[in-house]
Amino acid sequence: MPLITRDDRMIWRRRATGRDLAVWAGWLVGTAIFVWSWQVISENTIWFFVSDSPRVAADIGSRMVPPAWDYLPALWKPLWDTINIATLGTLLALVMAVPVAFMAARNTTPSVLFLRPLALLIIVSSRSINSLIWALLLVAIAGPGVFAGIIAIALRSIGFVAKLLYEAIEEIDPLQVEAVRATGASEGQIISYAIVPQVMPAFAGISVFRWDINIRESTVLGLVGAGGIGLELQASLNVLAWPRVTVILLAIFATVLISEWVSARIRHAVI
Amino acid sequence: MATPIGFDARAWRPPPLVTSPLLRWGIGLGFALYLTVAVGTLEINWARVWEGLDRGWAFVLAFTEPDFTSRWRDISQGLLESLTMTVVSTVVGIAISIPIALGAARNLAPLPIYLLCRGIVAVSRSFQEVIIAIFFVAMFGFGPFAGFLTLSFATIGFLAKLLAEDIEDIERGQAEAVRATGASWLQWLVYGIQPQVMPRLIGLSLYRLDINFRESAVVGIVGAGGIGATLNTAFDRYEFDTAAAILLIIIGIVMAAEYSSSMIRARIQ
Repeated sequence: MPLITRDDRMIWRRRATGRDLAVWAGWLVGTAIFVWSWQVISENTIWFFVSDSPRVAADIGSRMVPPAWDYLPALWKPLWDTINIATLGTLLALVMAVPVAFMAARNTTPSVLFLRPLALLIIVSSRSINSLIWALLLVAIAGPGVFAGIIAIALRSIGFVAKLLYEAIEEIDPLQVEAVRATGASEGQIISYAIVPQVMPAFAGISVFRWDINIRESTVLGLVGAGGIGLELQASLNVLAWPRVTVILLAIFATVLISEWVSARIRHAVI
Repeated sequence: MATPIGFDARAWRPPPLVTSPLLRWGIGLGFALYLTVAVGTLEINWARVWEGLDRGWAFVLAFTEPDFTSRWRDISQGLLESLTMTVVSTVVGIAISIPIALGAARNLAPLPIYLLCRGIVAVSRSFQEVIIAIFFVAMFGFGPFAGFLTLSFATIGFLAKLLAEDIEDIERGQAEAVRATGASWLQWLVYGIQPQVMPRLIGLSLYRLDINFRESAVVGIVGAGGIGATLNTAFDRYEFDTAAAILLIIIGIVMAAEYSSSMIRARIQ
């Protein structure tokens, strides 16, 4: 316990002097980085626009009401597309993520030296790039449309699903695997009778969780041209049709709420 | 052990995930029906996709020789904006979300404050960063300031929610012991509660720093500054080698951030 003696009295201190100095130095460096970063942002900002923002916000707000409700029927098809992008993208991702997860898990990988790093690399690159950037890329490659959206969602989800699944596989009870192996089962039989039943609830939970996230993400993919309700949002924003923007945002909000409710119900039932 | 009469070991099946056969077949059938309808109504221009395969291959090849140099000025500017945006928005977001988290913890806050803070969290969580960024760009003009506001706003919902849940799970005995010494409310907070949630707060902040960097690459697409704008331009010009370079930089930074944050978390927890 750090105690210092001053005027013959022992005083309790939270940290020893050396650690105290280290903590202060850490705060100093952190503050310096923060202030410098803020300066960089400040230099690249046109402060006139910022000071003008309350007026602009009030202006946009007044233009957004009342919502153009008669625009709602035109949104059903894009919404349907959005849900399809999310669902089909998730399905594609699941199909691809399962082998990656089995290659990445320490206890099921066929080769720790070659396949496991490869699988981990796939997971990291898929996870570190947002689905909107994948969409940007795929729109440039395959042209605008639903297809780019589905593939973008799938590519982004592989890493997420595979990471959580391989962690679940690594946490299974090894005794069950041993018991099945003791019956003389082949490797394939061990996977399907000892490992799959143990990770199935986790897998179902992860899939539904990712589907829920994908619904959210697919609502904005249209901003870069990858189909769904985002296309309508982009079109309305481009012509400054603010009443329509309100309707679209409310539709997105409702869809997200419903998908969250559905996913919570399914996860509750499965786990 | 004698085998029961009429028992065929090969006829055994593992129990299905959904026990009720009616429900099982219903779910399967409904899903198959949905799939056929969904795939049937997709409008995919296969000819265009087929044409794109060449370009896709060109992009894959671009990864073998990424071009860091010819647009280095744009890349470094975008990267600087992204990184500074990440730092500032994480710090500001944490600073704002701590009081909100205190208010959103049911064991600390009275009901009206609790509802208000939970409301703020719900609003911040329900919309995508990109949509918020569009509005902030419209209000505050193009540039990193709008991105900084977007990321701070998104940080509040994330951090306040998870921190509030952690505060609700604290060990009551420790907090009560501090209160029994006659500590004031602030002392109670600093000595009874803060040490219990600090490891989690640090872990969450590091995680959010990581997320904010990834998101800062996205908000640039709608004009809110950062590397996203550079990336968008690179794709628009079909400069796949520059785009590959930017993506490699993003992946590298995310990997480094993930690695170092897991090191720090392992040390403090």
